[in-house]
Formats: sequence, C-alpha cells, structure tokens
Amino acid sequence: MIKTKTIFAALAVVGALLAVPAFAAEAESGGDHAVEIEKQNWTFGGIFGTYDEHQLQRGFQVFREVCSNCHSARLLAFRNLSEEGGPGFSEEQVKALAAEYQIADPTAEGGRRPGVAADTWPSPFASEQEARDANGGALPPDFSVLAKARGVTDPFPFWVFNYFTAYQEGGVDYIYNLLTGYHEQPPEGVELTPGRHYNEVYPSHQIAMAPPLQDGLVDYVEGEEGVSVPETLDQYARDVSAFLMWVAEPHLVSRKEAGFRVLLFLVLFAGLMWATKNRIWKGIEH
Amino acid sequence: MSEHSTYQPGNGAEKWLDDRLPAVRFAKEHLMDFPTPKNLNYWWTFGAILVMCLVIQIVTGVVLAMHYTPQVDLAFDSVEHIRRNVNGGRVIQAVHSVGASMFFAAIYVHIFRGLYFGSYKAPREVLWMIGVLIFVTLMATAFMGYVLPWGQMSFWGATVITNIFSAIPIVGDPLLQLIRGGFAVDNATLNRFFSLHYLLPFIIAALVVLHIWALHVPGNNNPTGVEVKSSRDTVAFHPYYTMKDLFAAVVFLIPFAWFAFFAPDILGHPDNYIQANSQVTPAHIVPEWYLLPFYTILRAIDFNVLFINSKLGGVIAMFGSMIVLLILPWLDRSPVRSGNFRPMFRWFYWLFVINFIALGYLGAQPAEGIYVLIAKLCVAYYFAYFLVILPVLSRIEMPRPLPASISESVLGKAHS
Repeated sequence: MIKTKTIFAALAVVGALLAVPAFAAEAESGGDHAVEIEKQNWTFGGIFGTYDEHQLQRGFQVFREVCSNCHSARLLAFRNLSEEGGPGFSEEQVKALAAEYQIADPTAEGGRRPGVAADTWPSPFASEQEARDANGGALPPDFSVLAKARGVTDPFPFWVFNYFTAYQEGGVDYIYNLLTGYHEQPPEGVELTPGRHYNEVYPSHQIAMAPPLQDGLVDYVEGEEGVSVPETLDQYARDVSAFLMWVAEPHLVSRKEAGFRVLLFLVLFAGLMWATKNRIWKGIEH
Repeated sequence: MSEHSTYQPGNGAEKWLDDRLPAVRFAKEHLMDFPTPKNLNYWWTFGAILVMCLVIQIVTGVVLAMHYTPQVDLAFDSVEHIRRNVNGGRVIQAVHSVGASMFFAAIYVHIFRGLYFGSYKAPREVLWMIGVLIFVTLMATAFMGYVLPWGQMSFWGATVITNIFSAIPIVGDPLLQLIRGGFAVDNATLNRFFSLHYLLPFIIAALVVLHIWALHVPGNNNPTGVEVKSSRDTVAFHPYYTMKDLFAAVVFLIPFAWFAFFAPDILGHPDNYIQANSQVTPAHIVPEWYLLPFYTILRAIDFNVLFINSKLGGVIAMFGSMIVLLILPWLDRSPVRSGNFRPMFRWFYWLFVINFIALGYLGAQPAEGIYVLIAKLCVAYYFAYFLVILPVLSRIEMPRPLPASISESVLGKAHS
C-alpha cells in the first residue's frame, strides 16, 4: 500500500519538476511565430553530436564572403578557427587569414595593423550608427552568440521530449528557416513597408535584411574525390547556420564528450553507492 | 545532546583540544552519532542534497567572480569570455546556472515533503520558519544572480521585479531608488546586485547552520509522524544516513550533469543571449521558472480593493504567500503529522501540488484571456489551502490510527 503511494508520489513530483520549467519554456520561447519552424538534422545535435569540419569550412566561406559584409562577430577570434572541434584550419592558414585583415589598434603606426591569430574578427562598421546608416536604419545583429539567442516553440506536449533529447538546436533551426523563408512577393493583403522584405519566419514577417543568399552565389571548392556540394540557397543556409552554432559554442564537442564521461562515471558510481548503502543497511528493518 | 555521544578522545592531543574546543566531540555527536529515525524514505535525502547544491553554487560562484566584470558595457562579454576563453569556464558557468535550477528543484521537493509529512508541526516550528527564510533568501539570491549576465531578460526582469517595491505606500519610491541605485536599472543596480549576490549565499549558509541546529534539538520527523520513542526506533546518522544521502546525491547529480553538459541553455531563455538594451522591450518578460508561481500571484491581483490599488494588492498577495508559510505551524492544528494517516488532507494536499504547478505554468503565459481567470482561481486555492482548508480539516478530519512506534510500523510493513 505504502509502496504504491510512494511510486505515485514519486511520479507526481518528477512530473511536476519536469513540467514547470517545460511549461515555462513553452511560453518563453515566444509563440509569435505564425509559421511552424521545421527542425533540421544537425550533426551536432544530440548527446553524441559533433561538428562536420567540411560543413563549418563551407559555412565560414559563406560567412566571410556574404554575411560579414554587414554582420560583426566580435567574440570570434581568428585562433578559434584552428582550435579542436572547429572547422579544422591549420595554424598557418589562420595566421595567413588574419594577416589579410586590418585591425584597428591605437598603439600601431597609423592606428591600423595586420591581424594576428589572437585578434577577434573585425567588425564591418566602426560604430552602431554607421551600421544603421548603411542598412536603412536597421542594425545587423552580432553573430557571436546569435545561434543561442533564438529559439523555437514546440506545441504541447512535444517540448517535454526536448528535456530528454537535450534539444539545443532551436536557434540554428530558426536561422536556417529564416534564411530559406523569404517570399519574392508578400501574400495578398500584406502591405510591405518600403525597405522591408517578406519573410514567413521572422516574427513580424517584415525583415530589413534583403534575401542574402541565392543559388550559385558562393563557389564551393570541389572535394578531393570530385565530391561536390550543391551550390544552392538551401545548402548555403544549412552550412552557414551550422557555422553560426559553432561561433556561438566553439567548444560544444568537448563539452558533450566530457558530459558523456561524467554521466558514465556518475551512473557507475551511483551503482556502487547503492550496493554499499544496501550492504550497510542489511539487517536493519526500515 | 551529549547523551548520544560515545566520544572518547583517542590520544593526548585530542584530549587537550577537547578540553579547550570540543570541535571533534561536536562533529561526532552531530555528524556521526546523531540518532535518526530508521524509517526515513528518500524524500528525506533532499536536505543533504540541498547542502551539496549550496556548496556547488558557492564554489563555482567564487571562481566565476574571479573572471566576471560587473559593468554594464563589459558584463555580457565577460560571461561569454568565461564560456569561451577561461580554462574549464564553460563547465563552471554551466554548472552554476544549471545549479540554480537544480537547487530550486531540490528545495521544492524538500518543502513539499515537509508539507505532506507535517514536518512544520510542534516541536519543529522554528526549524520550519528558518527553512522559509532560507527559501526566500534563495529566491532573492537567484534573482540577483540572473541579472548579472546582463542579457535582455536580466535587464527587463530586474526592471519589472524591482518596480514592485514602488507599490509600497510612502517609502515605495525612495526604496525603489535605493534598490536600483538610481531612477532606472543601470550600472549601479548591476554593481549592488553583484555585491549582494556574493553576500547572500553566506547568509544562507549561516541560516542552514541554524536550520540544522533547530533540527538537532527535536530530531527528525519521519514518514509516520510518530515521535521517536526509544533507541530501537533510530540508527546512527553515520554510516546509515551519510551513505544513503551520498547515494541519493550521486543520483541527483545525474540529471544535473545531463543539463550542465548536454543542454545548459534549455532551462534559460534565449533572449538572455542578447545584450541588455533599455530601448528594446522583449515580447514577453518572464522570470526564471522557479519564480513563476510567485510571479503569477503577483500578477493575479489586477483589481483594486478599497484603498489598495491593484499593484499594491499584487505585492501584498506575493509577500503574503510567503508569510503564510511562516505561520503555517499555527494554521494546521491537526495533532497528526503525516499525511499518510490523514485521509481528507491527502486530497487537498495533492490538489495543492497540482495547483502550485498550475501557478508556475500560468506565470509563463501572457496575462490575458482565460489565463487571468484561472490564475485568480489558483491564487485563491493557494491561500484557501493554508487559511481555510488546513484549519478546518484539523477540526473535522478523523485520522486513521497511528502506529504505537516507528519500530512497530516498520515491523508491520515487513510482515505484510
């Protein structure tokens, strides 16, 4: 009798503990997106997720050739590009890349000097005002943690599963859907503000950013065995979204690897503790 | 409680110390030999789990403070700097932020365990009241900690929550300016919150010492609610409960680690990865999940009562919801502690649990439409449970017969 009650109570409390943050998350993540955001398969999703080096390199190319003309990434350091778990560039490549950029440095002669690996990615505009002036009054958001600053809303009860699948790719899913969510013509009855573009994913559907990607815009280098990646809007969006996740979380892979080891240890340790506890309590009626 | 001790100084040095500062004797009496009811279930392990949570938060927090910069232009980037560049920083930061949620998960279990098994009843009223103070201090600490990363939710959460103090008559506005250090949430607010966020955990630690002291005078309650009658009812705290608590703590660390390593951001809000901007208000301002039930109570009062306007009414209701916990020992007069022997109480108790979850859910919803009405009903039940149901139940309820002693109930279970 007491057993069943205990089980019932345990289930209720576990349910409660899971439900409250989950309920909160449901409402928190917005609810203002009229269009449901399609979740994508990402190599870095799930507890064993790792970045695809080639995808990050392609994403970096899209970022460098397209996005970085307007968007800054002030927390991204050149050296990150050669760190483990990232796009896997060599240190020489990164040094050469950094040297291509001029970094503002008041201590240097003329106030500018070539970049080194320790520098952060130079911003395309000197100030927020300059950025706004060049973009019709809108401020292109910084890319440093953008992939974590966006999310998706799951209807009840699906968000509950996110706690068990460790779903953390809401931001990337949002960015991918945004980049592929432009309409050439707004639907009937929608009056676009001048300088805005219709996007089905953007909360107000009127986004200041013109469609940034189109088929064939970026030339991907052909892979070794003649493997070629399609040069399509969809592929560009996917690659640059993955790259943005890496920018926001450059050490995701080592975090997940450490997590796996920690959990394995904890489960085994808990088993030993349980056996020890039972041994000690043996012979005590309780 | 020296009668529980079998401490004999082992050598001359221990004897010398024992005559001057009996710290070893104290530890032996209170951490090892302390007689503890032998029928405690796993709900009782959350006390030890909470001590572990506090230690984790203090240790990780002290390290974070070494790398954090409490300045409005630098705070956001300094937290990212910890995640990106500080050795081990991403783990320490994740453990600290997930740790806050786990701390609250554990304290809610601990509180609801106390509510079900009547752990607040005589002679444990002071123990319970210190616990309520710890809970309220913990909420204040967590709230100020959430402001420190200086994201959008940090800033707007701070703005909304500090603003409630302005509802207090006469002293409201000066108090608000004192809390914020100015007319709006700004650098001064961030600085004082950082200072207080570092201070309050040590006040909590001191309260925990009092909490355990107040526990060790009457001793533990237990699932039957029947007081310890003889030494047959108890076992020594060590090794029996040290081991059981350690096991439970390790199990508790499994979901903890799951979140910290695999989904460190899932318990937070994406908007907090956008740097604070006083010119842009987020679509929904939502506090962290563990504050939501009280946020609902604050918002539910949207009507004026006589000379009390709705804003002040909300503040009174929110603080009232905590004060009512303080006086709970004098509201529930039933002589039977454990809900296991109170057939009517049980139904109202579980309804209260569901109601509390509903309050949390409603706190995350926009205050509009049907939610407003449901929130009012839930707030009404919250207060009715303490102010009406428990006092009435203690008069009309017929409790089931209690076992004569803990040992008897344990043996009864073994043979059935």
